[in-house]
Amino acid sequence: MAQVSLNNIRKVYPNGVEAVTPSSFHIQDGEFVVLVGPSGCGKSTLLRMIAGLEDITDGTLKIGEREVNDTDPAHRDIAMVFQNYALYPHMTVRKNIAYGLKNRKTPADEIARKVAEASALLNLDEYLDRKPSQLSGGQRQRVAMGRAIVRDPALFLFDEPLSNLDAKLRNQMRIEIKALQRRLGVTSIYVTHDQVEAMTMADRIIVMNAGKIEQIGTPEEVYHRPASTFVASFMGAPPMNLLSAQARDGSVHYGDTVVTGCNGTEGQVTLGIRPEDILPDDNGPLAIHVDIIEELGAHRLLHGSIGDDRLTMHVGKDTPVSTGPVSVSVKPGAASLFHHQTGQRL
Amino acid sequence: MKRAGFTTTWLPILLLLPQLSIIAIFFYWPAAHALHSSFYLQDPFGFGSTFVGLDNYSDLLGNTEYRRIAWFTVIFTVLVTFLSLSLALLLAVKADKVIRGARSYRTLLMWVYAVAPPVAGFIGLIMFNQSWGPLTRLIESFGHEFLLGVNYNDTAFAMVLVSVWKQVPVNFIFFLSGLQSIPKSVREAALIDNPSASGRFWDVIFPLLAPTGFFLLIINITYALFDTFGVVDTLVKGEPGNNPMTLVYKVYVDGFRGNDLGGSSAQSVVLMVLVLALTVFQFRLVERRIHYT
Repeated sequence: MAQVSLNNIRKVYPNGVEAVTPSSFHIQDGEFVVLVGPSGCGKSTLLRMIAGLEDITDGTLKIGEREVNDTDPAHRDIAMVFQNYALYPHMTVRKNIAYGLKNRKTPADEIARKVAEASALLNLDEYLDRKPSQLSGGQRQRVAMGRAIVRDPALFLFDEPLSNLDAKLRNQMRIEIKALQRRLGVTSIYVTHDQVEAMTMADRIIVMNAGKIEQIGTPEEVYHRPASTFVASFMGAPPMNLLSAQARDGSVHYGDTVVTGCNGTEGQVTLGIRPEDILPDDNGPLAIHVDIIEELGAHRLLHGSIGDDRLTMHVGKDTPVSTGPVSVSVKPGAASLFHHQTGQRL
Repeated sequence: MKRAGFTTTWLPILLLLPQLSIIAIFFYWPAAHALHSSFYLQDPFGFGSTFVGLDNYSDLLGNTEYRRIAWFTVIFTVLVTFLSLSLALLLAVKADKVIRGARSYRTLLMWVYAVAPPVAGFIGLIMFNQSWGPLTRLIESFGHEFLLGVNYNDTAFAMVLVSVWKQVPVNFIFFLSGLQSIPKSVREAALIDNPSASGRFWDVIFPLLAPTGFFLLIINITYALFDTFGVVDTLVKGEPGNNPMTLVYKVYVDGFRGNDLGGSSAQSVVLMVLVLALTVFQFRLVERRIHYT
């Protein structure tokens, strides 16, 4: 267990592409941090630099008190779970789990004890003598987890470990991984492109875009107070509605309607409203023309237009809905304002 | 899984016929012929033959020259197979790590593949030429007078060297593609699990290359036993004399130079049985220990 700190870590590939712009953050002991962003945003590169599988171009990386920029992966005291599991296909489950320990001169009886502990924890007891090819996706994922936890590392690294599983198994493994991390208390960095995984698993989320960190914060902060229009539209499904509005005289106007208050801003702004913060209200100031209703069982999504903008709103299953014009109001204090050009939160 | 089948019986037979007829004409028929001749003593000038039973075989067993050649063939095959496999593996592992200029590097290593065995033998002749061969000169500088075709050991050395040189590129191509088919993430997982590069190679890379290696082992043993005929023939310049030769070359020398077709046939039959036994042994013993993904 250890703290991890990145100080202006940067990655430039030999072909000149800057995959990660100088990035800094600090991870507390035992914290579960999720790196999230669209594909190609540099999140995996960042993780691989922490693992030592990719060279660090600039900056310093510390795991615990130790600077590990030039330490090889086996000596960084880390364990990694890969997207396609990366199990050794010719070794049994037992050997797969024990391999990292064997190479660290662990006594045989201690290896046996640790493997037994890990397999009990992950319900792998009956599969210990099978080869990975005889296991299902979820079981392979557990073996990969087992291989990581027996090592008792200072830091767990997860590289999109659930993206090869089907939706149901993914939800189950998500909870298992989170519970396991809580129980073991090992500092973890988890890379994913799935914002649901990020929201549900993370103590803190780091949102990346185009090699740059957009926001670092708890899931609540990232969801309710997105730092930019990118974060607003990336986190949350459906994403935050972004409308072009005018700020004047201490309030934000959409068309002629006052939507919310603001202070100190004048001129054009981008107004962000979460779909669930738009409330059906017969006396509401805004009129949406609903054209599509998505039935999701527990709730419904209404897609419609207001002026030239598209809008999505989220209503409970008990709210009567129909296509056509609907009057709505915005939940007080729920709107976010962004600079209309830079997209930064105001 | 559903198996596709033929509704008529004549179509699959028709489709198999070309392959079957090739095997029948070029293998079964000559093999049967050889087996038949091995029980006869042929007149050297073609005037009939006499049934002699197993005499040809018992002659072979008692023949010290035959035993000597058989022993040389064993050593030759083991050396050629081992050296060409291990050198190719070494080159492939190194080439796999090259990133800059990888293509031209690989192409250069594969070039020799296109050289036919007799041509390889001829190149060997040039390299070991008595008066001006560069390798002869090189060895001379170490204080040994290299006599190709005269000194038994020197000739054997040249045979092994040329045969290995000819075979390395084939093995190299297969090993390289085998290495490149090992998932990158498995190598990375090993990088985290094992600090030692040689440990990673023997624990992870080598076992995953084993299917390729097994296939190459069979190909190489076959090559060393049979396909090196051209190399041997060129290096001894068709005049074996006291020089080393392989069993296959001995079949040719006795049958077509010595006109002893019966004895030569008996040798062929012995070779066939040997190869059969070797194949069964390989599949039973070696293949069981290999993991196919």
